[in-house]
Amino acid sequence: MNTPASQFNADARRVSADLRHRGIIRTAMNNYEVVRDRRKAGFQDWQGARDLAARTKCETISHLDTHLEQFARLLEARGTVVHWAANAQHARDIILGIVRGKNARVIVKSKTMTSEEIHLNEALENAGCEVVESDLGEFIVQLREEPPYHLVFPAMHLTRAEIQQTFQRKSHDAPSDNPEDLTMVARRVLREKYLQADVGITGANFAIAETGMISITENEGNARLTAALPQTMITLIGIEKVLPRLEDLALFLPMLAVMGTGQPLACYNTLYGGPRQPGEADGPEEFHVVMLDNRRTTLLADAEQRDALGCIRCGACLNVCPIFCNVGGHTYGTVYGGPIGSVITPHLRGLHEWKHLGYASSLCGACSETCPVRIDLHHHLLQNRRNASYAKPIRWQKLAFQLFALVANRPRLWSLTTRLARLGQKFHGLIKGRALDPAQAWTRTREIQPIARQSFHEWWKERGK
Amino acid sequence: MNEREHLFTRIREALTVKTPAHHGDSLPTSAEHRCVLPTVGTTMDEQLALFAQNAADLKATFILVNHEDDLARALQVLADKEQWQRVATHQGGLANKLAGLLGLPLLMVDGGYDKSALALCDAGISECDALVAQTGSVVVTSMTAGGRALSCLPPHHVVITRRSQLVPDLTSAFSLIREKHAAHYPSMISFITGPSRTGDIERILVLGAHGPKQLTIFCIQD
Repeated sequence: MNTPASQFNADARRVSADLRHRGIIRTAMNNYEVVRDRRKAGFQDWQGARDLAARTKCETISHLDTHLEQFARLLEARGTVVHWAANAQHARDIILGIVRGKNARVIVKSKTMTSEEIHLNEALENAGCEVVESDLGEFIVQLREEPPYHLVFPAMHLTRAEIQQTFQRKSHDAPSDNPEDLTMVARRVLREKYLQADVGITGANFAIAETGMISITENEGNARLTAALPQTMITLIGIEKVLPRLEDLALFLPMLAVMGTGQPLACYNTLYGGPRQPGEADGPEEFHVVMLDNRRTTLLADAEQRDALGCIRCGACLNVCPIFCNVGGHTYGTVYGGPIGSVITPHLRGLHEWKHLGYASSLCGACSETCPVRIDLHHHLLQNRRNASYAKPIRWQKLAFQLFALVANRPRLWSLTTRLARLGQKFHGLIKGRALDPAQAWTRTREIQPIARQSFHEWWKERGK
Repeated sequence: MNEREHLFTRIREALTVKTPAHHGDSLPTSAEHRCVLPTVGTTMDEQLALFAQNAADLKATFILVNHEDDLARALQVLADKEQWQRVATHQGGLANKLAGLLGLPLLMVDGGYDKSALALCDAGISECDALVAQTGSVVVTSMTAGGRALSCLPPHHVVITRRSQLVPDLTSAFSLIREKHAAHYPSMISFITGPSRTGDIERILVLGAHGPKQLTIFCIQD
């Protein structure tokens, strides 16, 4: 049967042996680390900045109801329609309702992972709309009918030659594989779409309670155009994205850019507080904000892992994760990959089916070390393992530990077992990693340390003679 | 109960279990922010030099001029060099006056305009609310810089600004926005930090992904 766990294992085995893939990712990540570290060094106190960011998110999440209430009230006061969606189906229905009400044919979207989470594109296409992703990376993976590979770099697994082929296959004129020429192809194609589009859909990086505004961070200008040209604008946003005050952005915008892409600040950081206001030259006549729960409140109820809601989706934990870099973004089979995805997916989509993600970690802690809002990621992975085994213990595992306890609690039995194991290990080499090996899953790719020729107990006894 | 009330009930129930705040849970002050963020220098001259340095790093063009007349001449040189055929601007006082001097067909965006016509303009000339030394950003709003698309749709964005508009850091930029607009915020406030860019293909930097390929900032030293 094809479960998320078996799919993960099969894909991980295949991708981690793919040297070409590893080469592409390694080159991209090396470059990222160099620029990121240079930017971090520009801060007077980077660790202090992480403390402040964690403090801010902790306060916000602990008073989420108050901040959300203020955010929605101020947005509504200036003519924005705020919708509340309990789950993915509900959010899709709300957005489809708006789109149908406008008789929209062409919809242009700027990058939003939340829309991936609710499978929005598929729903809109089934309703007869043409949906165009405008972020270059998203545009490329949309043409390839693939999900985004990475939270921040959706097409980082592709070479320029593959992108050129993709463009040509979709009958976009792409005479060379030069990244600049390829970017200009997308620019030309999308310009037309912006002018045709009836509805623009965006995500948001932050929701500012103090002023009732959403904040979008981007580099390409595609979100700016998505929010400027179509007559109707829809923003889909998770309820956890709220920040209390305008000035909190003075900290979060640079930190997001440094960790996301190694820039001091992304090219466009834009606040939107409503539809076109009297006296303004342009902008949508209607602005809808859809607030999505989709089991975020389940994660909120877990006091131990609540801090994971503070995630700003910078992707830094993916970039430093040895598992992500080897198994790749698509292997996770989730919208949110890497360590943060492994932490939150079991909460958002069910612990039992996604518990294997808790093991997609070497527990090296590089993710927790890098997280700009200090989410305790690798401990949360351990907690997910623990919670899964409490919720539904695996019989053979339980039996194995009972057996271990039985042996370990009896010194004579223990000493007999180690002596037998020493003997057994001599012959283990013959079957190590093969189908006959009972420990095959472990020994296929790992060495078992040889058992010491003499135990401490034996040495102590001998010494006394 | 409607969906909104259901959601708030779920949130309040979830929050009945408190969580230890390992890093504190009070909101930091702006003074605390300033202690950790990159330094910006103390004098106006240092901050202007920092802005110029940041603009250069971002591949934006920053041109200091002494007087409005010098700006008009510099703008004319730019228009000739790039062979502009038509430009767009807004009623800001300075932007429309200087753009008008070019003697080119002018698209005024105030009060609505044809989107396709704006897309055909060679440059969008706008004013701004502030320059941020710390990041090399230009702050524009939908009320003070000709709406949402003028600074983004044409391939070249030209900003007309005065030296007095320079603020040291993002924190001061946000307080400035609050002081200036709190009574009625514009529907869009954007921090523009260099010309549009992407690194989505093999992480190689390409300028002009969807927004302007060029950003030129003219600053009058008054």
